[in-house]
Amino acid sequence: MLLNGVREAAIAKKRAAGTKEMESAMAVSLRESVQQVSDPRNLDASVEEVFHMMLGVECERTPGPLVMEPESVTAVVGFGGLLSGACLFRSGGPAAMKIAAAMTGMEFEEIDDTVKDGIGEICNMLAGAWKGKVPELSANCGLSVPAVITGRDYKLHVQAPEFQLHHVYQFGDSYFEVTIICDGLQ
Amino acid sequence: MSEVRTLIVDDSSVMRKIVERALRQAGIDPLVVLEAGSGTEGLEVLKTKQVDLILSDINMPSMDGLEFVRQIQLQNLAPGVPVVMITTESSEEHVKQAIQAGARGYIRKPFTAEQVKERVLPLINAA
Repeated sequence: MLLNGVREAAIAKKRAAGTKEMESAMAVSLRESVQQVSDPRNLDASVEEVFHMMLGVECERTPGPLVMEPESVTAVVGFGGLLSGACLFRSGGPAAMKIAAAMTGMEFEEIDDTVKDGIGEICNMLAGAWKGKVPELSANCGLSVPAVITGRDYKLHVQAPEFQLHHVYQFGDSYFEVTIICDGLQ
Repeated sequence: MSEVRTLIVDDSSVMRKIVERALRQAGIDPLVVLEAGSGTEGLEVLKTKQVDLILSDINMPSMDGLEFVRQIQLQNLAPGVPVVMITTESSEEHVKQAIQAGARGYIRKPFTAEQVKERVLPLINAA
């Protein structure tokens, strides 16, 4: 339900960008470059770029699922246009606070509005950096504004996507996961 | 350098702080920062305050950055003041749209302080 809303927002934003751009989008197809779009190295490069440039920290991809802490933060940015889907960022509360601290230079003891805002922006930059790796995607895929969810013991369900990238990363002793879900490709 | 009054427009308060920090790291001093959380708020600021530089996000609710820049021109709110877009959208088409709307520069997120310096300082020095 939430993901559908975010994706619809991205599609509406892309439509509002103008008929001319939509017409040009219709002439382009991502079908033939699906391997390039779903290349997992693009996601790794995007994560490294955002964390290095905006936080000044190096992070690396690690195997295995993220061990979830009871309280977690999830940010979602929807894609609309040639590709529809979403970019999801998820981490435990302490990792989210560390990320927000690195972004702002402030210390956090709880997941307040500034932490949520920071995590939403990280997800926004990850989505933008990822789609920027494929020129056709960069020009013909819009982003929604980020939505951020916090809470305890919740699960995310996605119905059979066209493809999905799901990577776990580590910086210092903290972990987070980034997921790209594509459920429609023109 | 004389005082540089800068309006930063972004719906993220964290991003506004990061941009301010990057401007300070770029050596823009003395720097006076005015903030707005949307294009609509940004226009309200410009109706009452004079600025030397405007940095605006594109992807914002209420009024996006491109419409904000168009309205600045239409309402003649900050004549001659350079506007630089700071955004995750980085395609040629987006840059073209921003320039057509009236922006003088473009910085892609994520960015470094050095990139902010390269794009912004020449505009301030030329003003």
